[in-house]
Amino acid sequence: MAADLRARLGHVELPSPILTAAGCAGTGRELAQYIDVAKIGAVVTKSIMLDPRAGRPSPRTAETAGGLLSSVGLQGPGIDAFLQRDLAWLLSRGARAVVSIAGSSPGEYAELAVRLSDAAGVTAIELNLSCPNVEGRGRDFASEPDAAAQVVESVRAAARYDIPVIAKLAPDVADIVTVARACTAAGADALSMINTVPGMVIDTTTMRPALAGGAGGLSGPAIRPIAVRSIWRTRQALPEVPIIGIGGVRTGRDALELILAGATLVGVGTVIFHDPSACARIQRELEDELTARNIDRVTDVTGLAHQPTAPALRRPIP
Amino acid sequence: MAPVQVSGPVLTVRRVDAYHALTVVAPAIATEFRPGQFVTVAVGGPESSMLLRRAFSIHDVRPDHGGTIEFVFEANGPGTQWLAGRRSRDLLDVVGPLGRPFPLPREPVSCLLIGSGHHSTALFPLADRLRERGGQIDFMLGAASADRVFGSLRARRTARSATIATDDGSLGARGPITGMLSQVIHEARTDLIYASAPLPVLREVVALAGRYDLPVQALVEQPTACGTGVCMSCVLPVLGSDGITRIARACTDGPVFRADLVRWDDVGTVPFDALGAPGWKPPRVAPAPRAPRGSAHGG
Ligand SMILES: Cc1cc2nc3c(=O)[nH]c(=O)nc-3n(C[C@H](O)[C@H](O)[C@H](O)COP(=O)(O)O)c2cc1C
Repeated sequence: MAADLRARLGHVELPSPILTAAGCAGTGRELAQYIDVAKIGAVVTKSIMLDPRAGRPSPRTAETAGGLLSSVGLQGPGIDAFLQRDLAWLLSRGARAVVSIAGSSPGEYAELAVRLSDAAGVTAIELNLSCPNVEGRGRDFASEPDAAAQVVESVRAAARYDIPVIAKLAPDVADIVTVARACTAAGADALSMINTVPGMVIDTTTMRPALAGGAGGLSGPAIRPIAVRSIWRTRQALPEVPIIGIGGVRTGRDALELILAGATLVGVGTVIFHDPSACARIQRELEDELTARNIDRVTDVTGLAHQPTAPALRRPIP
Repeated sequence: MAPVQVSGPVLTVRRVDAYHALTVVAPAIATEFRPGQFVTVAVGGPESSMLLRRAFSIHDVRPDHGGTIEFVFEANGPGTQWLAGRRSRDLLDVVGPLGRPFPLPREPVSCLLIGSGHHSTALFPLADRLRERGGQIDFMLGAASADRVFGSLRARRTARSATIATDDGSLGARGPITGMLSQVIHEARTDLIYASAPLPVLREVVALAGRYDLPVQALVEQPTACGTGVCMSCVLPVLGSDGITRIARACTDGPVFRADLVRWDDVGTVPFDALGAPGWKPPRVAPAPRAPRGSAHGG
C-alpha cells in the first residue's frame, strides 16, 4: 500500500506535507497551469505587506552552483489587493492558503494579522522575520530573539485564536535555537526554517556585483545542509514544536531528509523556478520513498534521525 | 491556451553561422504557439547544478512528428553549451508556449520588422503570419558581423525588402541598423513596426519611430530565472492604461510590449512614481484614470 502523506497544520488536515515556500509560487495562478494547487499540502504566499511594493531594481537574480542568489525586495500588491484578488482565487481553487506577512514594526505585522483574521479561509499566518526592524537598529527581526518575539507576541494577540502563527527564521544568526525558543515562548505555534543565506556574486565581465542591490539571499540545493542542521538543532531543543523545513529541496528524497531531521512539513522554493510542477513531483517521489522503506505514514518518520539507532528496515532501500 | 511542460526528444541540433538551432518534438507546444511566444528549457540534466531555465523565442514550428519547435541560441555559457551538445533523441524538459504574442493588425498594412543578432529569430514566424494575412513586409536585420546576422536569406525570400547592416561592414551597410531606419520607413511607407533586439537598439528604434508617430510592438528579452512568472527577475517599468507605472514581468506581461507604454529610460530601475516605489504612498481616494502618455517615453 502507498504511504499515507496526510499531515496537519494546526487544526487543518493537509493532503501532504509538501508546501510551496514563500515568494516562490507567485500568486498560485502561475503554478496552477502545471499542478493542481488543491492537491499539495498548502500554498504559502509571497510575503504580503500593508501597502503595494515595487521591490528592488534589476538584475535581481544570479545563478550560482546549485543555487540562486536573489534580491527581489518583496515586490507585492499590498494587503487589500491580495485579499480581493489572490486569496479569493486560492480559496476558489480549493487550495489551503498559508499567508506570509512582512512589516517594519510589530504593529504592522499585527495590523496584517487582524486583516487576515477578518478574511475567511486563512489556514495559517507565517511571519517573514527577515525584514529590517525600523524601530530597532535596522537589523532584521530574525537576528534578534527579543525583536522576533515581540513580533510573534503582537501577532498572536491580534490574530484569531484558531489561526496558527508560524515564525520563519533566518540561518545567519549566532544561534537559531535561541531565536526559536524566544518565538515559541512568545506564542508561535510552529517554526519555518530556513530563509535564504546572505551571499554575493560578482560578474567578472562587468566587474561589478551581479545584482543591482549588491548582496542577496542564496537559496536552492546549495543551502540544504544548512537547513538540515538548523532543523536538527531546533528539533533537538524543542521536540514538541512543529517545524516547516525549507531549503534546497529538489526531490522526494530531499524532502525525506528534512523530515528525518525533524520537519513535519516541507517547503519547496527555488526548485519551482527550475520545474514548475516540482511540488506535485516531489510529493509523488516522497510517497515512493516512504513506500519503498515500508513506512506507513509520513508522520512516523519526523525526527527519526535523532534516534540513536535507526530502526531495522523490513525491506531493503532501492 | 495554457502553457505545458513536456519532455520532448531532440530532433536535430544544427550550426547556423555563429548560432545553434535546436529542433525538439513538442506537439502540444507547436500547435498552440503564436509568433512572439517563447519556451524555457532546463539545462544540464536532472542533477544539474544550473537551476535557472533558459528562455528562447520560438523560431519555427513544423507539423512533422506531430509538431516540432525550433529555437536558436548562441552557445556562450555552460547552459547553452550543454544544449549545443545535445544529440538526436536526447530528452529535453521544455515549457511553453509562454508569454504574450505579437498582436496582429486587423487590416493588411505595411509592417517593418527590425531584428538584431539572435533576437531576429522571433520575427520569422511573425512574417509568415503577416504574409498569410496579406500585409506588406519589410525586414531590417543588424548584428556585429555577417555571421551574427540571423536569417538574411529567409528575410530576402519573405519580404518586399531586406535591409542589412553590420557593425564591421562584413554584410550590408556598415554601422548600426537604426542608422537606416528613417530611410526605410519613408521608402516602405511603414504603418507599423515590430522590433526584437537588445535594449539599447529597442530604445533607439522606439525614439525614431516616435518621430513618425509609428506604433511599435517590441519584444523585450530580460534575464529570467523561471519564465513562468514566479521568480520576479525579468522586471521592467511599464505604464498601465490607468496611467500608473507598475513593475511588470517581461515573461508574463510580455515579452511583447506596446513600446509607448514601456519606460525605456528607466529599465533596470524602480522609478520613484511606480506603484509601491520607496516613499510611494497609497492614494487616499482612487485617482481619476489618466490616458497613457503616448510615445513620450520614447527618448
Ligand atoms: C526569489 C525568492 C523570493 C522569496 N521571497 C520570499 C518571501 O516573500 N518571504 C519569505 O519568507 N521568504 C522568501 N523567500 C525564501 C524562500 O521562501 C525559502 O525560505 C528559501 O528560498 C530557501 O528555500 P529554497 O532553497 O527551496 O528556495 C524567497 C526566495 C526566493 C529565491
